[in-house]
Amino acid sequence: MTKTSTLRAAPGYAFLGIWTLFSLFPLYFMVVGSTNTSQDVLGSRLIPGGAFFENLAKLFKAQDVGSALFSSFFIAVGTTVLALIVCSIAGYGFEVYHSKGKDRVMAVILLAMMIPFAATMIPLFQVFAKLGLVNSLWAVIIPAISTPLLILLFRQSSRAFPSEILEAARMDGLNELSIFARIYVPTMRATFAAAGVITFMTAWNNFLWPRVILIKNEVQTMPMLISNLSAGYVTDYGVLMLAVLIASLPAMVVFLVLQRAFADGIVGAIK
Amino acid sequence: MDRRLNLTGWAFLAPAAVLIVLVNFVPMIQAFILSLQSGRGTNLNFADPLWYNYQRLFGDEIFKQTLVNTFIYLIIQVPIMLILAMILANLLNNPNLKAKAFWRTAIFLPAAVSLVSYSLVFRTIFATDGFMNDFLALFSVPPVNWLGEPETARFVLILGLLWRWTGYNMIFFLAGLQNVDRSTLEAARIDGANAFQTFWRVTVPQLKPIILLTAILSTNGTLQLFDESWNLTKGGPAYASMSMSHYLYEVSFQRNPNFGYGAALSYVILILVAILAFIQLRVGDKRD
Repeated sequence: MTKTSTLRAAPGYAFLGIWTLFSLFPLYFMVVGSTNTSQDVLGSRLIPGGAFFENLAKLFKAQDVGSALFSSFFIAVGTTVLALIVCSIAGYGFEVYHSKGKDRVMAVILLAMMIPFAATMIPLFQVFAKLGLVNSLWAVIIPAISTPLLILLFRQSSRAFPSEILEAARMDGLNELSIFARIYVPTMRATFAAAGVITFMTAWNNFLWPRVILIKNEVQTMPMLISNLSAGYVTDYGVLMLAVLIASLPAMVVFLVLQRAFADGIVGAIK
Repeated sequence: MDRRLNLTGWAFLAPAAVLIVLVNFVPMIQAFILSLQSGRGTNLNFADPLWYNYQRLFGDEIFKQTLVNTFIYLIIQVPIMLILAMILANLLNNPNLKAKAFWRTAIFLPAAVSLVSYSLVFRTIFATDGFMNDFLALFSVPPVNWLGEPETARFVLILGLLWRWTGYNMIFFLAGLQNVDRSTLEAARIDGANAFQTFWRVTVPQLKPIILLTAILSTNGTLQLFDESWNLTKGGPAYASMSMSHYLYEVSFQRNPNFGYGAALSYVILILVAILAFIQLRVGDKRD
């Protein structure tokens, strides 16, 4: 019995194994590449080498990595904090104080999900240019604060919020904003984690809009920096792999730390 | 409901709603007006005829090429990816599977990597003197100019998209599978259905809402593909792998920026997103 069930499971494990190999190989290639010289990266050396610090020195000499990291962190953290506040209170407000009129507004908000960013990019650039916000990190943050997906996520999870608690809190004399901040927020940790991971990763990895609105090299983000590294005539592949690694790490760490809560939050939203 | 509470609800909803209108709907309308104008830089006037920019698109060979490219990515990549994601989710959902957390993390991890980062890693792996050709040489396969030929450049880009997004979509299916009624799977097994039949006839129909959601999100994403086109293939060779959004960026923000023409191009993307979502919703409804 156990033998046949193991046998039956074999193709499944084989498929998972092959896909995992495919998933992890480019990441392994990136990590190992960051410790090798350009020649060794192209020469397909797949074991760690001793060029890590040399690559690091070259990278910091060629590019202002510190300021790019600052820009990326400022944008990612700023967007995440503001998006969590604005979208959670909206999703909660919609669900807890539900009315017909709000249904209509929600329908319009969801419609915005179908508007491709491409179709708003040029006018957004014109408006931010008029406001004098070209090269300002706020110009990257502002359009990313309120997103239909996040509002939807918070609306869905607000459905599970028991109305008895609400009544009891009102009896105790708490005002509506305190009920939200002191009771709702702490109970919805998983949703906040999921929304936070999604927003941070999206903001950290954003490329097109920052490319459009951040023109000066001093304010460029990490993705812009690595993209520029590969645009030159001679690319140092060891340095490139190191830069790519640095640009990828923060979003990956955020995901790995919060992945349990992230998965729970998504499941909660889809139910 | 209490009038005061109703107003509180509106106040909570207001900041998000106002922002969405300001950064989505208002620019969308402005883009349409812009698409009827011509001129360079800030010196814009209404075109004569008004639909001049749209007319010009139909005669633009580069635009047609990028439209074809985008549809090649859409038609080949999205179905393969969604089927793979469903299979992987189904395998991970098996209660007897060992090391579940490891598989799930490993398969999802690419989705945490920035599009620019992975594009550059793939570009390095598929360089003419890079890893992939060294690997193929082990089997005496002559080197391939991966990014220098139209077909192989598109192939590498599709492979990259599969790498980056399959695990991401798998998470949605995995969440959807939590809602699949276990008793229906049991019933199928008792009736003598094999694993494939159970998956195809019992599980997949119950995943329909998730298939619809992921299909619409992926279609939307593919029509707006930019980072990979810009960084992995640089749109090349010539324009053979360039996406529509990449061309939109070139028209709008490089060399001689032409906002009117760019806006018209962006409206084609908008209309395609709307039409394809409508078709998918229709097809999704019919199967009930």
